[in-house]
Amino acid sequence: MNRYFRELSVAGALGLLLAMLAVVAPAFYQPQPLLSLATREAPTLVVACGMALVIICRQIDISVGSQFSVCSVGAGLLAAHGWPAGLVLLASVSIGALLGAFNGVLVAGLRLPSIVVTLATLVSLRQGLNLVRQGEFVNLPDGLQWFGLSQTDGQWTLVAFALGLLLVFAVALRYLSAGRFVYAVGTDTEAARLAGINPQRVTFAVFVLMGALTGLAAMMNIIQSPQVQPLSGNGLELKVIAAVVVGGVAISGGRGSVWGMFAGLLLLACVSPTLTHLHIEAYWEKAIQGAIILLAVVADGLRSRKENR
Amino acid sequence: MSAPLLELRRITKSYAGVHALRGVDFDLQPGEVHALLGENGAGKSTLIRVVTGAHQPDRGSIAIAGQRVTHLTPSAAQQLGVACIYQQPALFPDLTVAENIALRLEPSTGLRLVHWSARRERARSLLARIGASISPETEVRALSMPEQQLVEIACALGAGARIVIMDEPTASLTQKEQHLLFAVVRDLRASGVGVIYISHRLDEIFALADRVTVLRDGESVGTSPVGEINEAGLIRMMVGREVTQIYPPAETEPGDTVLSLKGVGSSACPVHDVTFDVRAGEVFGLAGLVGAGRTELARILFGLTPADRGEIRLNGQPVTLRSPQEAVAHGIAYVPEDRRRHGVVLEMPIAQNMSMAVHRRIFPGTWLRFGTERRHALDFIRDLAVKAYGPDAPGGSLSGGNQQKVSLARWLATKPKLLILDEPTQGVDVGAKSEIHKIVRRLAKQGLAVLLISSDLPEVLGMSDRIGIMRGGTMAAVLPGKADAQEVMALALGTAK
Repeated sequence: MNRYFRELSVAGALGLLLAMLAVVAPAFYQPQPLLSLATREAPTLVVACGMALVIICRQIDISVGSQFSVCSVGAGLLAAHGWPAGLVLLASVSIGALLGAFNGVLVAGLRLPSIVVTLATLVSLRQGLNLVRQGEFVNLPDGLQWFGLSQTDGQWTLVAFALGLLLVFAVALRYLSAGRFVYAVGTDTEAARLAGINPQRVTFAVFVLMGALTGLAAMMNIIQSPQVQPLSGNGLELKVIAAVVVGGVAISGGRGSVWGMFAGLLLLACVSPTLTHLHIEAYWEKAIQGAIILLAVVADGLRSRKENR
Repeated sequence: MSAPLLELRRITKSYAGVHALRGVDFDLQPGEVHALLGENGAGKSTLIRVVTGAHQPDRGSIAIAGQRVTHLTPSAAQQLGVACIYQQPALFPDLTVAENIALRLEPSTGLRLVHWSARRERARSLLARIGASISPETEVRALSMPEQQLVEIACALGAGARIVIMDEPTASLTQKEQHLLFAVVRDLRASGVGVIYISHRLDEIFALADRVTVLRDGESVGTSPVGEINEAGLIRMMVGREVTQIYPPAETEPGDTVLSLKGVGSSACPVHDVTFDVRAGEVFGLAGLVGAGRTELARILFGLTPADRGEIRLNGQPVTLRSPQEAVAHGIAYVPEDRRRHGVVLEMPIAQNMSMAVHRRIFPGTWLRFGTERRHALDFIRDLAVKAYGPDAPGGSLSGGNQQKVSLARWLATKPKLLILDEPTQGVDVGAKSEIHKIVRRLAKQGLAVLLISSDLPEVLGMSDRIGIMRGGTMAAVLPGKADAQEVMALALGTAK
């Protein structure tokens, strides 16, 4: 059980938090606000699945926020031009995949450090979007919101879909060769090469997948409101990387799971409503989240020092 | 008679159960060049690390300039005048020569005004003292390896070193540069500095050194003034040993040629003009000193480095090996030298490590099957006698010898025709070593062609049906298995006529 200690401790912390809330602020457990919270976080979960893979592969992608914005605006514009919802979804995923492929070519093909590449795409995508749209919102056609379902039905659909995707990724990482290869490449590129794996191909695929998932999440986000805000992706990368790291995925690669990421995401997402229900000022949210992240990183650091001795 | 600069008595050091040094005595007189000779793994590096304070000996005493020193640390050693110039100079490539020298020599005090002109002058004068025509303003990155070595020597001089250790300094020098270095060493000697000179080049030792000490298997075999011994005598000291290990004998005659190389070389590495062949059922030992090109050759055969010269044939058919996947498809398997980084993924369970190279074959369809993987692993665990608590044990929990078996199992699963083993028993305990030898012999008997790369001379001699000795990137000679240890060493050193 030592292997899953990290994930279990995050789940344990989450459990404690939820138990405390049940006792001290049972108002937290009202179905409608919880559903709204879950729906708001569903796109984040989808992006975090991709980010977990990227980090396990010993890379990083800080451009997801900008990718998200570009896909949101792109999809919104297509919808506003009368494209059917299904095609808009496909387009959003494709745009994301293309943006991801661009990152992938530079990181896997040219062997550039991913932090530098994705920083460049973060900035250029965001500024490019600003230039083109000047911060204008996109008004979406009526039929698009919640895919035409009622709000509650739409919310349940999104949450179920995000959870389903999480399950798919958990299964894929464990039961597919490709999943093993991501772990192997993330542990040591040369070792993976010596084992007959093609590290460049794996790395490229991970970035394309990241982009595609971001496009998917963008679509899941725009159907929640009648307008697309071009700034909607800002800060997404920090949220998602925080969830992944708190969940036990090592920044050094080769270790971690999407279940851990899920626990981390839930833990961080529950901070804000917890503060509300405990009548603590909201500005503590960032500080507490930061403290959780710091705790997670220090714990990981101590653990790897102990192992390396 | 003045006190010796350095006196080591009964130095003993073990790492992880391996005895690197066993009661070694060594001394260095002022104004002498004392050569240190020994094959790979004899203990030279360990001895140097003890002298520079990088490692503490388990037993034994160190005296510098007549004073006993207990618990020597690298900074204390530097204070006492010990300087070491390694094969890979440890300079900062992005800084200039003057900055590097200043970093090394100036005490670190944090807030101090930097006198740039003084630094430049100091660097200039130190470089002039050793006759090096290097400008102090050059970035180290732009210097060649020998020039960097000269900068290191300048640092040693500047630090007032009395004991200068040089580890294979001429490995990458041209004739002209060697002469320059020899002149520098002679100057050092003349000024009373003691030089410990590690080299495999016997001609250099005879040209430069006053005394020579030979290490073998962690022990000092003897020390002799250079004038009182010859090459043959030195080689005898290096390799002559009691044969205590029994190696499993060959039981079958070798079959058809599996691998054939003619003039193989690559512009990307030092390997050139390699010609030899390996037959089915044969263990072909690849001997040679570190840097002779054996691992580089293995990487060419496994498709990691492209061979752009010569011809490689497998079972008579010419092949191009452009990637490990292609090599595996042709039936070649490579068990890497660095077991912990490349051979086994320490985090992953044994079963996953063992199936890593054969997913497509043992998992039909899309999904991995844990049951199949487990059975696959259990078969190999039994066959190779891997000691672990089960197929789920992480690779990192195993001993070196068992990790090696897991690495081997990974590649045996690909059912290769040619198996390349790179230092398979390095850092492995005696019992597991013997088991691995038996396994290798058994594989050969089953018809595998085995290319065994090893720096352990008794192992190469005991296990091989034929031995290829590499030197300087090419195959110096191919001898029958029952070869003379001294002949092999002489060929590896390049002193054979």
